Amino acid sequence: MASVVAVSPRDGESSSTVASRWRRRAFGLVAVTALPVILGGCQLPTFYGYRGSTKQGHDESLLWSGTMIASIVVLALVGGLITWSIIRYRKKSDEIPRQFQYHIPIEITYIIVPVVMVLILFGFTVYTENQVDAVTPTPAVKVHVTAFQWGWKYQYPGKVTVTGVTTEDPDPIGLNGGQCAPAVDCLGPGLVVPAGQTTRITLDSQDVIHGFYVPAFNFSRYAQPGVTNVFDLTVEHAGIYRAQCTQLCGLYHSLMFFHVVALPPNQFRAWLSSQQHLAQAASTVSSSNSTTKAAA
Amino acid sequence: MTVLADRPVAHEHEHEHEHHEGPTGLLKWLTSTDHKLIGMNYMVTSLVMFFLAGLMALALRAQLATPNSSLLSFQAYNALFTMHGSLMLYLFAGPFAFGGLANYILPLQIGAPDMAFPRLNALSYWLYLSGSITMLLGFLVAGGAAAYGWVAYAPLSLVQFAPGSAPDLWILGIALTGFSAIFTAVNLVTTTFYLRAPGMTMFRLPIFTWNMLVTAILILIAFPILTAAMVLLFADRHFGTHIYSTAGGGSPILYQNLFWFFGHPEVYILALPYFGIVTDVIPVFSKKPLFGYKGMVFATMAIAALSTGVWAHHMFTTGVVLLPFFSLLSLLIAVPTGIKFFNWIGTMWRGQLTFTTPMLFCIGFLFAFLMGGLTGVMLASPPIDFATHDTYFVVAHFHQVLFGTAVYAGFAGLYYWYPKFYGRMYREWMGKTHFWLLTIGFWVTFIPQYVLGLWGMPRRVASYPANLGWQTLNVVSTVGAFIIGISFVFLLANFWVSWRKPIPAGDNPWDAHTLEWFATSPPVHHNFEKLPPIRSERPVWDYHHPDDLTITHGGAGANGKGHDHLAGAATVADAGDKA
Amino acid sequence: MRVEALFLLGVAAFFGVVGLIYWFWAYEQGGFVMLVGTTLLGFLPGSYYLWWSRRMKPRPEDRTDAEMADGAGVIGSFPSSSIWPFVLGMGLFLMVLSMVFGLWLIAPGAALVVSSVIGVTVESRRGGTI
Repeated sequence: MASVVAVSPRDGESSSTVASRWRRRAFGLVAVTALPVILGGCQLPTFYGYRGSTKQGHDESLLWSGTMIASIVVLALVGGLITWSIIRYRKKSDEIPRQFQYHIPIEITYIIVPVVMVLILFGFTVYTENQVDAVTPTPAVKVHVTAFQWGWKYQYPGKVTVTGVTTEDPDPIGLNGGQCAPAVDCLGPGLVVPAGQTTRITLDSQDVIHGFYVPAFNFSRYAQPGVTNVFDLTVEHAGIYRAQCTQLCGLYHSLMFFHVVALPPNQFRAWLSSQQHLAQAASTVSSSNSTTKAAA
Repeated sequence: MTVLADRPVAHEHEHEHEHHEGPTGLLKWLTSTDHKLIGMNYMVTSLVMFFLAGLMALALRAQLATPNSSLLSFQAYNALFTMHGSLMLYLFAGPFAFGGLANYILPLQIGAPDMAFPRLNALSYWLYLSGSITMLLGFLVAGGAAAYGWVAYAPLSLVQFAPGSAPDLWILGIALTGFSAIFTAVNLVTTTFYLRAPGMTMFRLPIFTWNMLVTAILILIAFPILTAAMVLLFADRHFGTHIYSTAGGGSPILYQNLFWFFGHPEVYILALPYFGIVTDVIPVFSKKPLFGYKGMVFATMAIAALSTGVWAHHMFTTGVVLLPFFSLLSLLIAVPTGIKFFNWIGTMWRGQLTFTTPMLFCIGFLFAFLMGGLTGVMLASPPIDFATHDTYFVVAHFHQVLFGTAVYAGFAGLYYWYPKFYGRMYREWMGKTHFWLLTIGFWVTFIPQYVLGLWGMPRRVASYPANLGWQTLNVVSTVGAFIIGISFVFLLANFWVSWRKPIPAGDNPWDAHTLEWFATSPPVHHNFEKLPPIRSERPVWDYHHPDDLTITHGGAGANGKGHDHLAGAATVADAGDKA
Repeated sequence: MRVEALFLLGVAAFFGVVGLIYWFWAYEQGGFVMLVGTTLLGFLPGSYYLWWSRRMKPRPEDRTDAEMADGAGVIGSFPSSSIWPFVLGMGLFLMVLSMVFGLWLIAPGAALVVSSVIGVTVESRRGGTI
């Protein structure tokens, strides 16, 4: 229990695990090996982004860092050329400059170079998005997340349903007797998942479109009526990860917080079975009220 | 009175175009079909919308300066950002360009006496004005203005979630302005195809005209879809259909598909005209022809074509779109945009640059759009979009793009053509003060928003919790927004001073290139008393500088050797000087 | 005329190709229908222009060596002022507002629309005064 502390999501994980995973994967993929191999060995700067607390988020983070580095190079090049032109060619005399208009080799060069850059970025994009969107056939646990105005409903195996109405009950739904801290990371209902294992999320909405967004996971997905989205999250370390609805969903959009509680697998099992007992007891007492709270 | 316009022939002064003894005062304003007056109406109306939306933005930023702020209620905040976006996008940025500047400038640039359909043109303006009023009426009805964001995603815009008549007024306002845009586009295309002066071939059109033509095609592609989407939305709200609601088997995704099939071309409908302004202004103040004219034309076409195939990149996180297709097409837009950048740089290269206010605004545009464009390339990659979608990163991105185009380039155009509109100069020092304050405010406002977005601050939130460390950057951003607001005082003061104490500008104060600078300032009714021979895309320059024609053979060391037909232009122009 | 025709046919060609790729890759009907519509938007006027461009001499504005005098003469009829666009606009405005503020607004709106249609017809026939 004591191991569950809210980690600041921006703190990096140990670089060696990241690196070794990337190296392993790189061997299997011939087409897009360059970036993981080159980048696998070192921690790239994240440029204010999150390192990614899930396996999927890591992949995104590497793409982000690489893209950002390339963008800074382009920014420096183009911005430098503009600045140079402004400084060097400011008016010095009334002489009319040479009235040239075309230079075909240069023009062809600056068509081909961007095309190549864009195709490289596209290659890494496709590789990364396939990693991020991949779903394993054997998730450790399946959770059905339903968004509504204004709150979240989580359905775990064994008819355990946790509903948090963020506008009625904006207080943190703490973990194990309100030990969740810091409070600002614990707003809204907590989605409890096992750390180090894959959680299958099935996401939809009861009314309007909402956004399931966990900043530290580098991931968001719309919760929509009529569309059921399925994705995997593999949270790597136990902790509390603040999260929020990102898609405008009406009056109390700003208050539609939630958070993800990643527990070590044995604690998660214990928590889930206790909830299953509670749910069973509740359903025998009153079949109409099947809603329980995660809070003790 | 109908005027059978004759083609003005160069240097034949016996032509008189003083038939114009029409009504004056208010009646003139109501009845004029002159493209210049209609264009001016468009510009004034859209600037009013711009200032209203800007004031709303200041209110929004004031709210966000403190966490858990209660300056505005949630309802008021949601309504204000909805109307801020709607006014800026539907009622300012587009109409200012294709209704205002294009209406005024395009016929002048191609040597036409008016738009092809003057009465349709007037109708366009009245529909635009009606649509604007309809949308603003939302503030007056019970419940306050529409509060579902400028995209009006169903089901949030359906009657269960957005009751009241303000959403209806919003939808009808969009429909009216949509028709206005379609009519204007038809007019612009027809004018460009049929009313060009002799010798003004398609590949001699000024880039502003080219971009307006491409924009008009984009409008014809996109706006009917928007209007259809709005009609269906209205039917869902009132006539019991279930096109966008799951209740009756409808599909909310359909709304997003329809909306963004309009919405993404719309981004380029807002951007291309402003690229055109920049592309016209930079060569003038570099004293050089545009570098890579044809490349610029094809780049514009490529941007427009690709932009219509990328609508679903706004829907990456819906999980139901084909990611690689939309990602690749979106990324490819970077290529023609890059061509434009390098052509702008190539135009300045080895020029004689003078930094008047319009040129300064163009430089400001280059940097703003460079930043906005690069972040746009990032967002075209779905995994990065997953991490930043609907956060302030996206807000900062599209503000850098749209502020770069509609504000920087738009006001570059306003300062550039101001002497043409009124025959008098603005005050240069005030224009430069406007530019520097605007630039400081712009970067101070939007750079912190990138960081806030990467930290996870969602867009369209009326409040945020304390203790997240978001306040400092939000305060910085708010301060920047108010600096932007202050900068516009100098714009208004500039107009006021130049109105009270006019300084005559002359017909061609910039030694500019294109035909509008051959007309008087302001141009007479039906525009031209005479026209110079048109032998390149910059006939006025050729006329005034017959010894410095464009070198079309690009090889190094070529010594001012003009093209054959350009050499011909010199002799014609010489003859003209003697006349 | 030829450049204009090729410009519009280029629109058709691009969206035809993109539409086909989209259909066989995405299997999504909504976007495909819109892309087909866009293809037709370019194809219909573009092919008509191409048809004409082969049957007419290049206009002065299509020729690189045209003199101003080549285009001399009457270009067209341009009404210099007319009240009817305003009347039509206000009529449509009232009719649209009727959907929110009450159907009775249709009556004055329709009256303005009808009168502007008549007015503009008469104006054109008379040679156009207010």
